[in-house]
Amino acid sequence: MTTILPLTLQDVWVRRRGKRLIGPVSTTLSGDGITIIVGPNGSGKTTLLKVMHGVARISDGAVNWAVPHSEAQHHQGYVFQTPIMLRRSVADNLRYPLQLRGMKKDEIERRMADWAQKTGLQDHLEISATRLSGGEKQRLALGRALIRRPEVLFLDEPCANLDGASTRDIEALLTEARDAGTRIIMTTHNIGQAKRLADDAIFMLHGAIKENGLAEAFFETPQSTELKAFFRGDIIA
Amino acid sequence: MNDIFEGLVSAVWLVISLDPELIEISVRSLQVTLGALVVSCAIALPLGTFLAIRRFRYRRLTISVLNALMGLPPVVVGLVVYILLSRSGPFGVMGLLFTPTAMVIAQVIIITPLIASITHQAMRELWAEYHDLLISLNTSQRQRIKTLVWDGRRNLLTAALAGFGRGIGEVGAIMIVGGNIDHATRVLTTAIALETGKGDFSLALALGFVLIALAIGVNICIHWLSRTEQEGRW
Repeated sequence: MTTILPLTLQDVWVRRRGKRLIGPVSTTLSGDGITIIVGPNGSGKTTLLKVMHGVARISDGAVNWAVPHSEAQHHQGYVFQTPIMLRRSVADNLRYPLQLRGMKKDEIERRMADWAQKTGLQDHLEISATRLSGGEKQRLALGRALIRRPEVLFLDEPCANLDGASTRDIEALLTEARDAGTRIIMTTHNIGQAKRLADDAIFMLHGAIKENGLAEAFFETPQSTELKAFFRGDIIA
Repeated sequence: MNDIFEGLVSAVWLVISLDPELIEISVRSLQVTLGALVVSCAIALPLGTFLAIRRFRYRRLTISVLNALMGLPPVVVGLVVYILLSRSGPFGVMGLLFTPTAMVIAQVIIITPLIASITHQAMRELWAEYHDLLISLNTSQRQRIKTLVWDGRRNLLTAALAGFGRGIGEVGAIMIVGGNIDHATRVLTTAIALETGKGDFSLALALGFVLIALAIGVNICIHWLSRTEQEGRW
């Protein structure tokens, strides 16, 4: 299988109405595992994810995959902080991304049943997705993103507003996806979750990468004073 | 009060006795308005959806004009269509004036802006909700429109029903371009106007009740066919 990684960001700037959102950001993502992006609100985590995913316009710099963008687009998934549910049944939500690809019906049905099982929604297939609970919606959104078997999956605080049990379900799905070879990049506010999941981590502050590294060093021996303060729970401006 | 009661009684009687004239008028009413509705939907639904998801230069102007046209006075529309279709007008040779076709044309002009505007409102909300997901899933323009129209079909139905409501109860324009000719262009609303003018209130009221029943009936039928407002659906 050809891979779309590595992803290289080179001096990327994003400005909106003259205001700098992120920049300059340079980093390379390759290999496998889970990369966790942490940082205070407004530090540019979501913008960074969207830039990587290719849905946010960059003002300067370059974002490059190992393959052309149009092809890379096909192998990515994105899960939003507030899950976006199509006003259809749970089953139709799972079928939708496959139908866009024009996949054969029996293959769609097979995968749909498979992912309904994995996300624990097999008993809710025919009800409207908009009537699911918050945790179920996020599981469905995750299933819908993973059903295309993306090489790279972006998640924007997938467990915000979820309780412990729902968070555990999501984390189980994520580690399973990682073990199956999906490269995962996600933001979170939950330091505990970051420690549980991360293989490596990035600390964003004021629109730039302040510190990054492998999980162990990142969490045990942070270098910058800001990151130390962030872990301590101080409010950093 | 007595007039209203008598009107109800004669309405029931007209319906029970399957009065041929009543049936003829009612069927023509339905034909004209449903005909206009089909044409209007064919224009307005794609137009409204397009306005919701595409950005172009005069978009805001187009939308304001559309919203303003919702309040178009039917009498004026009737007058303009009359002038266009009259013998001396540009389309006079087609001989359409005082035919049901002329009435359909007038109604299309009246209800298209209404349907397009409601469609635009509904589709704009749905698009705002779906926007990020559909962009992220790398959908084509066609797939987006298809998804929006399908998932918003119940809102589109509401738009169509609003158009039907305005059309079936409309009298100003079709009176002018249709002429209220017996057995040719007489419909429920023009007949009511005529009977009221003649002072035959009970017949006018009876026709009025039939008109209301017809409007309710069509609405229920469409809702039932599309299974809206059912438990477990949207």
